[in-house]
Amino acid sequence: MANARQDHRSEPWKDPGATPYVRIDKVTKKFGDFVAVDDVTLNIYRGEIFCLLGGSGCGKTTLLRMMAGFEAPTAGSISLDGVDITAMPPYERPVNMMFQSYALFPHMTVQKNVAFGLHQDKLPKSEIDARVAEMLKLVRMEQFASRAPHQLSGGQRQRVALARSLVKRPKLLLLDEPLAALDKKLREHTQFELINIQETLGVTFVVVTHDQEEAMTLASRIGVMNHSEIVQVGTPADIYEYPGSRFVADFIGSVNMFEGRLIEDEPYYVRVESADLGGVFHVSHGVSAAPNATVWVALRPEKIHILRDRPDGEGDNRVAGVVTEIAYLGDQSIYFVRLAGGRLVRVTQPNILRQSGGGRISWDEQVWLSWDSSSPVVVTQ
Amino acid sequence: MNQRRSFFVLTMMVFGFAFLYIPILSLIVYSFNESRLVTVWGGFSTKWYVALLHNEPVKQAAWLSFRIATMNATGATILGTLAGLALARFGRFRSRSLLAGLTTAPLVMPEVITGLSMLLLFVAMEQVFHWPDGRGITTITIAHITFSMAYVTVVVQSRLATLDESLEEAALDLGARPAKVFFLITLPIIMPAILAGWLLAFTLSWDDLVITSFVNGPGSSTLPVLIFSKMRLGVSPDINALATVLVLIVTVGIVAAGLLMARQQKRRDLDVQQAVAGNQ
Repeated sequence: MANARQDHRSEPWKDPGATPYVRIDKVTKKFGDFVAVDDVTLNIYRGEIFCLLGGSGCGKTTLLRMMAGFEAPTAGSISLDGVDITAMPPYERPVNMMFQSYALFPHMTVQKNVAFGLHQDKLPKSEIDARVAEMLKLVRMEQFASRAPHQLSGGQRQRVALARSLVKRPKLLLLDEPLAALDKKLREHTQFELINIQETLGVTFVVVTHDQEEAMTLASRIGVMNHSEIVQVGTPADIYEYPGSRFVADFIGSVNMFEGRLIEDEPYYVRVESADLGGVFHVSHGVSAAPNATVWVALRPEKIHILRDRPDGEGDNRVAGVVTEIAYLGDQSIYFVRLAGGRLVRVTQPNILRQSGGGRISWDEQVWLSWDSSSPVVVTQ
Repeated sequence: MNQRRSFFVLTMMVFGFAFLYIPILSLIVYSFNESRLVTVWGGFSTKWYVALLHNEPVKQAAWLSFRIATMNATGATILGTLAGLALARFGRFRSRSLLAGLTTAPLVMPEVITGLSMLLLFVAMEQVFHWPDGRGITTITIAHITFSMAYVTVVVQSRLATLDESLEEAALDLGARPAKVFFLITLPIIMPAILAGWLLAFTLSWDDLVITSFVNGPGSSTLPVLIFSKMRLGVSPDINALATVLVLIVTVGIVAAGLLMARQQKRRDLDVQQAVAGNQ
C-alpha cells in the first residue's frame, strides 16, 4: 500500500506561494434544515488526484456535485483556475464528471456516447472522430466503438464512462465512487490504470470514495470528511501515520485506541498513563494539551511486536497479556491479546516463516507486547 | 396438499376467465350467425360483416371515432407527458401534490360527473365566448383528452421514476443545455412509454360512451354512441358484427401497449442483470 508515486512528485501544498487550482472557500450547503456541507474550505492543486473520503452521508458527494454545478452552494464560493464558477451552470463549466452508475446513454453506441460532449461544442466532424478514436484507444476500447452500452461488461462500461468524461479535456475531472461497481481483482487493476491515465493527461482529479484502500492507492492527498466537515487533509501517509483525531485514526485502517492521562509533557516527548493499558506510553512527539488532560493514544496493530520473553530493561511501551484469538490470513496473522485489565489488543505480524516453521505463538500463551516510542500517536479529540 | 391447491387455483382461474370473457365470446359467436334472430343459431355466415361494409352511418361513425381517438391520443399524450415530467422531475415544487391529485383524479371520477360537468362548461363557454360553436367533434375530443390524459401521465411518470437521473445530469455535464438534454436523452429513452400511453389514450377514446353521449351533438355520433342508440331499437345481428370489430381494435391497442411496456421492462431487467453480472 506504500505510495511510491509521491516520492518523485512535487508537493505544491507544502509551498505557501503556490496558487491553488481549485479553491473551495467557506462552502456551505443546506437542504432545508439539514446541513449537508458545513463551511468547507479546501485548496486543490493542479495535477493532483484529490480523494474525498468519508462514510455515507458525510457530505462528500454533495461537495462533488457542487463542483460539477448540479447543486448550488447555500454560502461560499468555488473557483477553478482563477475563475469563479459558483454560479456557472454545469453545461458551461470546464469540468466533467464520471458518475457512479456510469450513466452511459443506453440508446447510443460507445462511439456516440463518447462523441456526445464534442457534438455539444459543435466541433467539425473530422476532429470529433479523431478525438473519440484517440480516447477510445487510451482506454483500450477501440474495437467496441459500435457496441451498445448493455453489450458491455462492467469494467468496459467503466472505461467508456472514463473516456466520455475525459474527451472534452476538462480542467477538472470529478469521479464519484469510480470503482465501487467493480469486483476486487478488477478494482485493483483499474486503480493503477486510472493513475496512469491521469499522469498521461495531467488532468486534475477529484475522487469521491468511501473505500479507504482506494483512497490510499489513488490519492496524492486525501480529505477525510465526517458530519459535513473536512476533518483532516493530508497525503495518505500523513493521514495513516499522523491521524489528527480519533475519528480519522479509526476510519483509516485499524487501530488500538487507549484513553489516558498526560503525566509528562516535554517538547520532544510525552508520557501518557493509561488505565486501559495498565502501563505508560512514551511517545516521541510533543502534544499541545494541558498537563493531566485526558488524551487518546492510537497504536496501529502492525507496529506492535509480540514476544514470548520480557523485553530487556525497564521502562514504558510494554505490556503483558494472553493470546485469546489468532486469525491466519496467509500473508499475515492477526493476534488478539487480552491485557491484565481485560482490554483486547489487536496485533498483526507478517508471516515471514512458513506455518510449519514451528515456534509460532499459539492460543492461551503468555506474551509481551512492545513498540517503539515513535509508533503511538497521541490525539486530543 | 400442493396438488389440491393447484386444482383450486385452476378452478378459480377458469371461473374468472369464464366470467370475464364468455359474454364477449358469445357476442363474437353470434356475429357469425346466419339467422336474423339474434338468439337463434341459424348456421355460420359472414353476411353481417358484409352488411356492415355497406352501412353508411356505421362507416361514418367509425371514421369519426377514429379521427377523435387519434386527435385525443395525440393531445392527451402531449399534455400527459408534460404533466408526468413535471411530477417526476421538477422536485418538490409548491402545489405538486395538488397537481398530482388533479391529474389523476379522472381515473376515479364517475364518468357521469365528468360528462355532465364538461357539458355545463361547454354550454357556458358558448354563451360567453361563442366557442365551441355547438357540440360535435371538437367538444368530444376535448372531453376525451381531459380524462385520458390522466392515464398517459401515470404511464410516463412511472417510467421517469425508474429512469436514472444521472443520465440527464451526464448530458448537462457534457455541455448540453436543458432543452437539448430533453430531446436528445430523456425523450428517446422514455419513447416506448409515451407510445404505450398514446395507444392507451386511443383505446379509451375509441370505446367511450358515457362522456361522449353528454358532449356530442347532432350528426356527431361515434361508434359506441351509434351502437347504443341502435340497441334501444332491439338487438340486431349486425351490431354483433360491429361490436366484434370494436373489440378487436381495442384488443390490438391494449396488447400493443402491454407489449411495449413489457419489452421495456424486460430490457431494463436485462440491463440490471448485465450490470450485476458484467463485472468481470
